[in-house]
Amino acid sequence: MTMPAIRVRAVTKNYGALTALAGVDLEIEQGEFFGLLGPNGAGKTTLISALAGLVRPDSGVLEIMGHDVVSDYREARRNLGVVPQELVFDPFFSVRELLRIQSGYFGIRNNDDWIDEVLARLDLSHKAGANMRTLSGGMKRRVLVAQALVHRPPVIVLDEPTAGVDVELRQGLWQFVRELNRDGHTIVLTTHYLEEAETLCGRIAMLKAGKLVALDTTDNLLRRFATHSLRVNVEHTEVALALGGRANDDGWVEFDFDSYTEVEAVLARLREAGAGLREMALGEPDLERVFVELMHRV
Amino acid sequence: MSETQVHRPPSTAAVRRIQPMAADAPLTGFRTLLHKEVLRFFKVGFQTVGAPVLNALLFLLIFSHVLDRHVTVYGDVAYTRFLVPGLVMMAVLQNAFANSSSSLIQSKITGNIIFVLLPPLSYRAFYAAYVLAATLRGLFVGTGVLLVSMPFVEQSIANPLWVLVFALMGGGIMGSFGVIAGIWADKFDQLAAFQNFLIMPLTMLSGVFYSIRSLPQLWQDVSYFNPFFFMIDGFRYGFFGQSDASPWLSLGVVSACFVCLAALTLAMLARGYKLRS
Repeated sequence: MTMPAIRVRAVTKNYGALTALAGVDLEIEQGEFFGLLGPNGAGKTTLISALAGLVRPDSGVLEIMGHDVVSDYREARRNLGVVPQELVFDPFFSVRELLRIQSGYFGIRNNDDWIDEVLARLDLSHKAGANMRTLSGGMKRRVLVAQALVHRPPVIVLDEPTAGVDVELRQGLWQFVRELNRDGHTIVLTTHYLEEAETLCGRIAMLKAGKLVALDTTDNLLRRFATHSLRVNVEHTEVALALGGRANDDGWVEFDFDSYTEVEAVLARLREAGAGLREMALGEPDLERVFVELMHRV
Repeated sequence: MSETQVHRPPSTAAVRRIQPMAADAPLTGFRTLLHKEVLRFFKVGFQTVGAPVLNALLFLLIFSHVLDRHVTVYGDVAYTRFLVPGLVMMAVLQNAFANSSSSLIQSKITGNIIFVLLPPLSYRAFYAAYVLAATLRGLFVGTGVLLVSMPFVEQSIANPLWVLVFALMGGGIMGSFGVIAGIWADKFDQLAAFQNFLIMPLTMLSGVFYSIRSLPQLWQDVSYFNPFFFMIDGFRYGFFGQSDASPWLSLGVVSACFVCLAALTLAMLARGYKLRS
């Protein structure tokens, strides 16, 4: 059994009366692509900040690659790269200067070969000499990713890296992060785009009010919590609703069930009741439904 | 996301071990932060070095024009000669404070302080880099003031070692003070209050422009409670071999101030005060 990339044990953090983390336990294995989800204020950023040493937990233990983030902070931080949520930059320096400086903070001099590779893979080579102030938002976001990678950390945390980012950049960024994961880097991702988490993450944890309310593989979560659905557009909505359907904002009616084998029976009941079927669509289980279900249930 | 292919992470058995890059030398982090802080003020050199030198030059021209023929100090020292070390030290102190305080508050407000907090830099390295960079800026500006005064004043330095010691100690004190202010202040307004209501009055009333012997006894006594007076007076002793207070007393007070402020700053950084919540 290999050592986990991240180990979080009984971690609590309070800000006055506000509980940000209420005893979180979590292990993330090396090489995982892990999703950390939850509504605003759930404690995701606090947990990431505690891993990064930016927040000091009131109690509990956090380890990166077996190194305690408090007592062995040097090794823990050398093993971790964090892409922060906010688009922050130092306006005094060019992209290359920033990356050299960031390498130096990690004790690495003469890091230009790796810096060139990261710049090329993030399509930033042509901007290496440009001052940060002159870059677009998307490019600044890529520089943040590059800064998190200058010391080639085995564990990379991305805190909502695609918030406000256009589709093209988002796709490019995910391709790059997938490559890093294939190379062996452990990726921890928080995002508000649940489709992203569903597509990318092998395992997902959901936080609510500082507590872990779900921790499982993405497939298991979809199987356990999400239902299949049939969406119908009918002439007589009231008839479909009387048969147990749920009205949607777009005027369609939705029926939930556990298996697609029940579709035929629902359609037969609609036909017999004279609902007047115009259009229909099948809904796949998705993470958004799991998320909504869990956030309302727990 | 338009793409439907689901990514599967590798099984644990298939995972390649990634090792972080090895650090080259234990002091590389400190040296990099020091280098970055020095680069930062050089990149805006007109503002951080040129402007304070010009300011001091204007003080020198105006005060020497008005007072040089009327005032001598320590018996036979012309007023302009007396004034120059005061202006040099004032530049050292104010610019050392400005460097560390402005760098930190800018980093905090823009959020880029995170790039210094995420790496494995110790709080001692953090302190040493910010304070040393602040001292270097103070010394650069002070040297600039001394150089531009040369066409106007023939100056000699009686004890260069005293000059250097007081310049370094003054820079260290004000660099530490700047770290405290930069970490404590949440907005530029609070930092400006620190600068305008504390640093500026204490500097102006420290004997930069006069010998405290010219003051009424009460104000002479009050001056002894101002640590800036000892920094200026000790520094001036290095130039003339004469001063208002004993240079050893000045050295003692300045050393004690430096030790206390360094200890306070290090304690704040070790706790992560306002940096790590």
